[in-house]
Amino acid sequence: MQLTLWSYEGPPHVGAMRIAASMKGVHLILHAPQGDTYADLLFTMIERRASRPPVSYTSFQARDLGRDTAELFKTTVEATYERFKPELILIGESCTAELIQDQPGALAQGMGLPVPVLPLELPAYTRKENWGANETFYQMVRGLLKSRVPAPGTERELRAQGTRPKANLLGPTALGYRCRDDILEVTRLLDSIGIDVNLVAPLGATPADLLRIPEADFNVCLYPEVADQACDWLRRSFGQPVVKTVPIGIGATREFLQEAARAAGIEVDTTREPISSRMPWYSRSVDSTYLTGKRVFIFGDATHAVAAARIAAEELGFTVVGLGTYAREFAREVREAAKRYGVEPLITDDYLEVEAKVAELHPELVLGTQMERHIAKRLGVPCAVISAPVHIQDFPSRYAPQMGFEGANVIFDTWVHPLMMGLEEHLVTMFREDFEFHDGATPSHLGPTTARMSQAPDSPPEPTETAVVADGAMVWAPEAEQELKKIPFFVRGKAKRNTERFAEERGIQTITVETLYDAKAHFGR
Amino acid sequence: MSAPEIRCEQGQRQVFCGLSGIVWLHRKIQDAFFLVVGSRTCAHLLQSAAGVMIFAEPRFATAILQERDLAGLADCNQELDRVAAEVLERRPDIKTLFLVGSCPSEVIKLDLGKAAERLSEVYRDRVRVLDYSASGLETAFTQGEDACLQALLPELPTRAAGERSLLIVGTLPDVVEDQFKRLFDELGIGPVEFLPPRHATEYPSVGNGTLMLLAQPFVGETARALQKRGATLITAPYPFGIEGTRAWLKAATDAWGIPAERLEAVTAPAIARAEKGLARQRELLAGKRICFLPDSQLEIPMARFLQRECGMELVEVATPFLDRQLMEAELPLLPPDLHLTEGQDVDRQLDRVRAARPDLTVCGLGLANPLEAEGLRTKWSIELVFTPVHGFDQAADLAELFARPLVRGALLKV
Repeated sequence: MQLTLWSYEGPPHVGAMRIAASMKGVHLILHAPQGDTYADLLFTMIERRASRPPVSYTSFQARDLGRDTAELFKTTVEATYERFKPELILIGESCTAELIQDQPGALAQGMGLPVPVLPLELPAYTRKENWGANETFYQMVRGLLKSRVPAPGTERELRAQGTRPKANLLGPTALGYRCRDDILEVTRLLDSIGIDVNLVAPLGATPADLLRIPEADFNVCLYPEVADQACDWLRRSFGQPVVKTVPIGIGATREFLQEAARAAGIEVDTTREPISSRMPWYSRSVDSTYLTGKRVFIFGDATHAVAAARIAAEELGFTVVGLGTYAREFAREVREAAKRYGVEPLITDDYLEVEAKVAELHPELVLGTQMERHIAKRLGVPCAVISAPVHIQDFPSRYAPQMGFEGANVIFDTWVHPLMMGLEEHLVTMFREDFEFHDGATPSHLGPTTARMSQAPDSPPEPTETAVVADGAMVWAPEAEQELKKIPFFVRGKAKRNTERFAEERGIQTITVETLYDAKAHFGR
Repeated sequence: MSAPEIRCEQGQRQVFCGLSGIVWLHRKIQDAFFLVVGSRTCAHLLQSAAGVMIFAEPRFATAILQERDLAGLADCNQELDRVAAEVLERRPDIKTLFLVGSCPSEVIKLDLGKAAERLSEVYRDRVRVLDYSASGLETAFTQGEDACLQALLPELPTRAAGERSLLIVGTLPDVVEDQFKRLFDELGIGPVEFLPPRHATEYPSVGNGTLMLLAQPFVGETARALQKRGATLITAPYPFGIEGTRAWLKAATDAWGIPAERLEAVTAPAIARAEKGLARQRELLAGKRICFLPDSQLEIPMARFLQRECGMELVEVATPFLDRQLMEAELPLLPPDLHLTEGQDVDRQLDRVRAARPDLTVCGLGLANPLEAEGLRTKWSIELVFTPVHGFDQAADLAELFARPLVRGALLKV
């Protein structure tokens, strides 16, 4: 058993639901107990969809377990086909159905339905939501296209002279973080270098559309968490190159355009920026100088976390102090990125482990998921959301991509917003006893709440640190403790930790004001 | 009076499981922690329902079963002990720990009752450990509260034989609880106690002199278990609207032997206020046609209130589960020709809604936006569980919940 306060991903059948709900003409039949229909709300409420997701449930109850749940399943399949007449039926089980083993996939395939039936293996006790989405999408693409795979050695047909190259955008789904607007932005980007979009899948596609995948010159793997298996298979089977750079951030967007151009076999004028972004200038303007070296902790799915780290380090001038992901399948990418920034990668789906890490690192900003907002609230650290899982406020009405140049604009505003603004930060440091603009108060541009302060202003910031004090027999002299409080709130935790480390390494028993400043000189800011 | 015929329907059910009760129960019982023993799906349900609030310290969590738990490689009991220890170490302020059963824990027949006994022994004098099942297999939505309250019953001290007391069963918002307490004080009824209590340290006592009034129509099993402890159930309609609240209070005064004039005198000011407030809402609701899809078992009393006090026309009223004993006083108040459904086959039910095109459909959030997109006004039903709606002073607020979507529909020009 794993104690879970918050989980980063849902079960794998929710991933399958995301694929079905993304598409048209696909219906998912889930063998699941009464109550599992809660997942419909993710689509109708969090994403505010105007239609029910194309998912039917058997909703078995205790009294059905004594009878024939397999029969119940077959009745559901019949009724569902009659009512919705989908082009393709997916069959899945939720975690409880997996335990009662009715083999619904085989049952449905034996029913002689006039449309393709695709049974899904979704191991609910070992795999999770993104894996479920990835597997479902891959099985569907493969199932529909395997009869059309050309014989090995067949040359890809050359594009007709004068026609624009075409790309597929693969990976965007229902409940994906900002997929809706990323698609528009990437379509615009590609258009700016003369590339058309052949189709987007799974979001908005039908099974018939998927048959047109091979018509494109290459595939763009926009969300590897969902589409990397399908893209790999398409590359092997149809020789379609895969563009793997995910265009989040200015640098990544430029690289993406280069890579897409190479895949399409076209020349792109590298000296001219196809679409501009305000973000580089905003970041260079003197108002942003105070952002330099802000200590940031980053956590999310691998794609967004790796992209965020690059933006933070190269485009905003932050210091990345922690980087991690909950997606074990993509741990390699995060490990590599962590090496680049000289931090230890955190690969875990355990919320409590992430919380402990944030507490230990004392960042000034947390970039994470909805779950990191809970952590940030508890620890009183500013936070911005960069990745799923997210809640309703992160499916905004306005245009809010993360990708491309407009995405970079959105990111600049979003990440800087929770930080205390420059002037306030200076004044709070200079004058410490103001009744309104004090140390623990929420930055004044965020409104009147005092939520920022989960610890009282004059208590030492981290209870976990007091343990070190106790068992190391190391104590803070009262003057030193007073002096510590004069350090601004958002860096005080770090200063405390550094001082204690400094003292411990030198065998200092009592930390004085001197020790504090010695440590400061030793470590720098 | 003749009650309407009840039709039963079976098929796909669009309801929550009992686990969702944790979302309000953890607020009501402030020193309790709810530990679900289940799968990632259970955890996902809870955080999808409650996670929009940002918690510094949530009072619920899930012990997610792993492959090795299922394969019997790990001793589930040892695992549970470890997880419980982790929870209690993190939250030393917790006084009651609920182990909450789910579909997976039930299918693999994990004995949470035994586990609760064992852990109670380990944490004696510090934490009580209780268990109940809120699985979808056993419970729909508000039945989770019924199961939770039953788990509390062994904790309730026994009242001396023949000693009279009034016990109100079912979660009430704090403000409503205080209102009712004042009314009972003025009526001379007491002592009055509430289940669930606000703190696990304030358990009501129960004995053969205890009279029970149900504040919620979904606590049937709890009521029957209390009867076994000697308590007497007072049959009454539920305290929604003026009529319901008056009848509910009257049932208590009758049982207490308090004259009708006294009840009139005590309730008159509140009733006058409520009538004034309700008149405004009735103007908006009268003549409008309403349909209830099954969700919380609140449907029947709500429909009764809307039809009799607000002048609405009932198209179909469906309830996930119909407890005939608990609805004894409600059913005769419904129009005898009403289409009353127990259970659900969601697709067929939606067909009926589409055909009838009511002015307002009360349904869950999985259906609300899709129906709105079809041009049907909806009232999402879960709000009825999360809003103060009982008693005289909330009668107008309750009507307003139903009037609001209609008003909004008329206001918007986009």
